[in-house]
Amino acid sequence: MTKLHESASQTAGPYVHIGCVPNFCGISGVYAQDLGAQMVNENTLGDRISIIGTVFDGTGNALKDAMVEIWQADTNGIYASGDPDPNFSGWGRKAGDDETGIWRFDTIKPGPVPHRDGHMMAPHITFWVVARGINIGLHTRMYFPEEEVANADDPVLARIEHRNRVSTLIATRESDGMYQFNIHLQGPQETVFFDV
Amino acid sequence: MTAYGKGGFIARDWTRQPPARTPAYKTSVTRSPERAKISLQSTLSEDTGPRFGHDLLGPLDNDLLQNFAAPGETAIGQRIIVHGRVLDETGRAVPGALIEVWQANAGGRYRHKKEGYLAPLDPNFGGCGRMITDETGAYHFRTVKPGPYPWPNGGNDWRPAHIHFSVFGQSFAQRMITQMYFEGDPLIWRCPIVATIPDRAAIEGLIAPLDMENTIPMDARAYRFDIVLRGRRASYFENRPEGM
Repeated sequence: MTKLHESASQTAGPYVHIGCVPNFCGISGVYAQDLGAQMVNENTLGDRISIIGTVFDGTGNALKDAMVEIWQADTNGIYASGDPDPNFSGWGRKAGDDETGIWRFDTIKPGPVPHRDGHMMAPHITFWVVARGINIGLHTRMYFPEEEVANADDPVLARIEHRNRVSTLIATRESDGMYQFNIHLQGPQETVFFDV
Repeated sequence: MTAYGKGGFIARDWTRQPPARTPAYKTSVTRSPERAKISLQSTLSEDTGPRFGHDLLGPLDNDLLQNFAAPGETAIGQRIIVHGRVLDETGRAVPGALIEVWQANAGGRYRHKKEGYLAPLDPNFGGCGRMITDETGAYHFRTVKPGPYPWPNGGNDWRPAHIHFSVFGQSFAQRMITQMYFEGDPLIWRCPIVATIPDRAAIEGLIAPLDMENTIPMDARAYRFDIVLRGRRASYFENRPEGM
């Protein structure tokens, strides 16, 4: 079996928008729509939710040039590479606002998905974060605050030795269907990141 | 093809990937996690990933010479073709991989409102393109060779000419962003961003050689750039029901 080495990562840099969300940064007429901008339509099954958040650096300042991608199962816990809801893409991509750094996803709450051994994981959304100054994309997960029982039984959250860090992966509920999930790259609130 | 019956990913070789904190690249200092990552054997959430169909693509998506240009116009600069294959660590082709690219124009200027370099914009160059690999993992696009440009980091730092690549494999765990450099550029070995990669061979893997065999005479030079995504272990003894 040929053994190659994974290509080395390099930072997405400050101009990631040009390649990934060109319409967002004013380059129009090349692609009709930025990929990942819309995850749902009027026929998508499941509970509508919105997630807003900000990526913060170690000084507590918001990153204004981060790009965040999410990947999740549909309302029945099926990923888009299986046999999912045809009205749901499962994948979203947003850039932080130029002025505030805030991003927002309009999606649905995912159903639970099994772990490798069949044990169910709590409903969660996979996040991937890149920006200028981030040398290799960061993997993390968002869990739901109202799923206390499922979260307590989640095999991935159980891997976190320092239990006071688990809360960095649990969104806060702002109102019905509205969640906030901030990502801290550094400092006392540093988000748990995964080496997948 | 789904990934469901396969083993987990081959553990990432962190001796060939840049660490988070690389002080010579100053922006990394406050944007680098300090705590150890939690090792996570991939689950369906990482083994699956978004898939993109060829119907996504417009006819000029892989032609940066033309996709932002006015009718009858073309971007200014050295005409080049970049091509290669997307493979995984086991040497298998990765078909259906979406590749997105972005770059500065021939003068080293990006079309972006936060860009302040004094080199001029080219009215016929946007700087983005995309393609999906064929059944052999192959891709190609046409563009101008980007210019090097100065950036505020050290007192006199210049980025070597480069093209940014974003790649989706078949799994979200394979998600990658990197940069391609050009053979022979003396700025490569002076660049603090290149130097975030701790392994010389890994850096050389990002340097595309001139490919005269695929150069189109009297038209465009070719550069070859192969990309390797993470691969998966075989699943010996792994596909068992819970409890066995």
